[in-house]
Amino acid sequence: MTTAVAAREERAGSPARPVRLVVGAVGMVLTAWLACNIFLAFAYYPQWFGNSSVVIGLLGLVVGIGGSVLFFRFLNMCVEGLPSRFSEGVIPYAFLLPGFSLIALLLLYPTLQTVVYSFANADSTEWAGLSNYTAVLGSGEFWSALLNNLLWIIVVPIATVALGLGVAVLADKLSPTGEKITKSLIFLPMAISFVGAATIWGLVYAYNAPGTEQTGLLNAIVVALGGDPQPWYQLDTARLNSLLLMVILIWLQTGFAMVLLSSAIKAVPEDTIEAGRMDGASEARIFWQIIFPQVRATLLAVFITVLILVLKVFDVIYVTTNGLYSTDVIANLFFRKLFTDQQAGQASAVVVVLLILVLPILVYQVRSFRAQEAGR
Amino acid sequence: MSATTRTPAPTASTRGTMADGRRRSPLAMIVMPLLALLWTVPTLGLLVTSFRTREAAATSGWWSALTQGGWTLDNYAQVLGSASMGTSLVNSIVVAVPATVLPIMFAAFAAYAFTFMEFRGKDLLFIVIVALMVVPIQVAFQPMLDLLGPRGLGINGQFVAVWLLHTGFGMPLAVYTLRNYMATLPGSVVESAKIDGASHFQTFWRLVAPMSSPAIAAFATLQFLWVWNDLLIAKLFIGGGANKTIIVDLQQMLGTQGQGTELLTAGAFISMVVPMIVFFSLQRFLVRGMTSGAVKG
Repeated sequence: MTTAVAAREERAGSPARPVRLVVGAVGMVLTAWLACNIFLAFAYYPQWFGNSSVVIGLLGLVVGIGGSVLFFRFLNMCVEGLPSRFSEGVIPYAFLLPGFSLIALLLLYPTLQTVVYSFANADSTEWAGLSNYTAVLGSGEFWSALLNNLLWIIVVPIATVALGLGVAVLADKLSPTGEKITKSLIFLPMAISFVGAATIWGLVYAYNAPGTEQTGLLNAIVVALGGDPQPWYQLDTARLNSLLLMVILIWLQTGFAMVLLSSAIKAVPEDTIEAGRMDGASEARIFWQIIFPQVRATLLAVFITVLILVLKVFDVIYVTTNGLYSTDVIANLFFRKLFTDQQAGQASAVVVVLLILVLPILVYQVRSFRAQEAGR
Repeated sequence: MSATTRTPAPTASTRGTMADGRRRSPLAMIVMPLLALLWTVPTLGLLVTSFRTREAAATSGWWSALTQGGWTLDNYAQVLGSASMGTSLVNSIVVAVPATVLPIMFAAFAAYAFTFMEFRGKDLLFIVIVALMVVPIQVAFQPMLDLLGPRGLGINGQFVAVWLLHTGFGMPLAVYTLRNYMATLPGSVVESAKIDGASHFQTFWRLVAPMSSPAIAAFATLQFLWVWNDLLIAKLFIGGGANKTIIVDLQQMLGTQGQGTELLTAGAFISMVVPMIVFFSLQRFLVRGMTSGAVKG
């Protein structure tokens, strides 16, 4: 008889445990409520914390970590309080809930809202039909920015990947110490902010009137070679100034490409290369016919990552030319529309254009992810 | 790339080999130091200029500092002594540390669910994550300014606002990186914990989270660099007031001409020191984070 009961319980799993369920649910709500209120208090009443950013930062860490641990504890308790046939089904969603709430609040909802705003007026109080789009698409500055974006998209990812690949291949042929030092030096700019990089390159592109001593490296070289100093940021013939700004981004990103490609090259099986050598193939042939096909997937992934970065490029232009001298790009145009011009509707329309531009990449990424999962 | 096609024909002599038996490549030995130099010179220029007086920096190039002089420590003394730069350096730390740590907790639980649980809609939800990594964050600004600004919660300009934003924006990459790493952990470990009667929470807390620490460190490094170096979110949601970060401070200095330009270079260098320390001490994790984040895991 007892075995029969046990067997029945086994089949049904554990029954509901109302106390756990209630304690868990109440604990969850209380923790979330308390944590949210403490965080709001940081913003509303900084005087409670002595107006000290350090105190607020430390408390933020403690409340954030402690609160989320406690929240998940109660969440787990609450779900386990359910009859086990429910709890098994509910637990995955419970684990996803906090993360996806943040994603919904900060990424999904705003995306939809931005599309809606793009059909509303300058302060988002009335519908404006398609007028934002006609205003944006009808302006010369938009097309100029779009052209620049296309140039950035074409030049920067290709240059970065090519340089990164070249550096990775050459570094692989150095002694271990030499490889480590040269790679570290080329990788270093990864840690530098766009604003820092703009400051650094400001010293390279600096311009002084002809006849005076040049403090910019590039102009000093030009003058030493017998040329005239040039105000580099203002030279929009053939978009030369845009190209010079691209150099900054390439300088920042080559290390990233190099590191990924270098690890891909090192993962190429030695025996495939050895086999090529046995057949008497030249180093160049070995590279193009044996190594290159095996790193192509990484090459593509790096290319796409840099491409996504370039589509959103903003900081470099904002702090150097702020879009003057025909160097504007979409992201900077958006920033200017939103803040300087106070045109929320048009700014939203510009972002929608940006969103449409990334759409093909998005589809490509999802597709390649599915292909990769299918192969797992 | 084209350089590699000109690799000279190998010589069989033993003088041309390295300690580990590989052939020396004269091309690599010439080109690589040159490239490394080229990549370092701009930063070196900033470092040298930051130790020069304004007059010296304005009248001669930094490369002539050795012959022309004009060295000073004043720029650093002034920058570190001024309330503004010191405060904004602290502010940057206050922004970056919680914004790095907070997403990890939420993302790790989600990544655990994606890796070790079966549920309806799993594929679709993960594809949402993959897709969101591509979506430009600019789409969020106008609605979030409404929500956090005076028209909504009124927390714009406070640290809480940027913590929230960076936590949300970092979430897709965090989930993706952690999930890719967790997928390489042996599933048998989780299975046996389950058989021993451990709940999912215990399995996560005692087993999976500690085993994932390399991936957590990897994401943390990437996120820290991104938050520290960020201009856009800091400028929009904290602004140039008392809570401004060092990057915003630097951007404001870049806009000024004349008086105070000598402080710009010192300020820029100070803003680079913290991420460089993080970068060099966690480089190993950074590389791993990039390989699992950008390339298949």
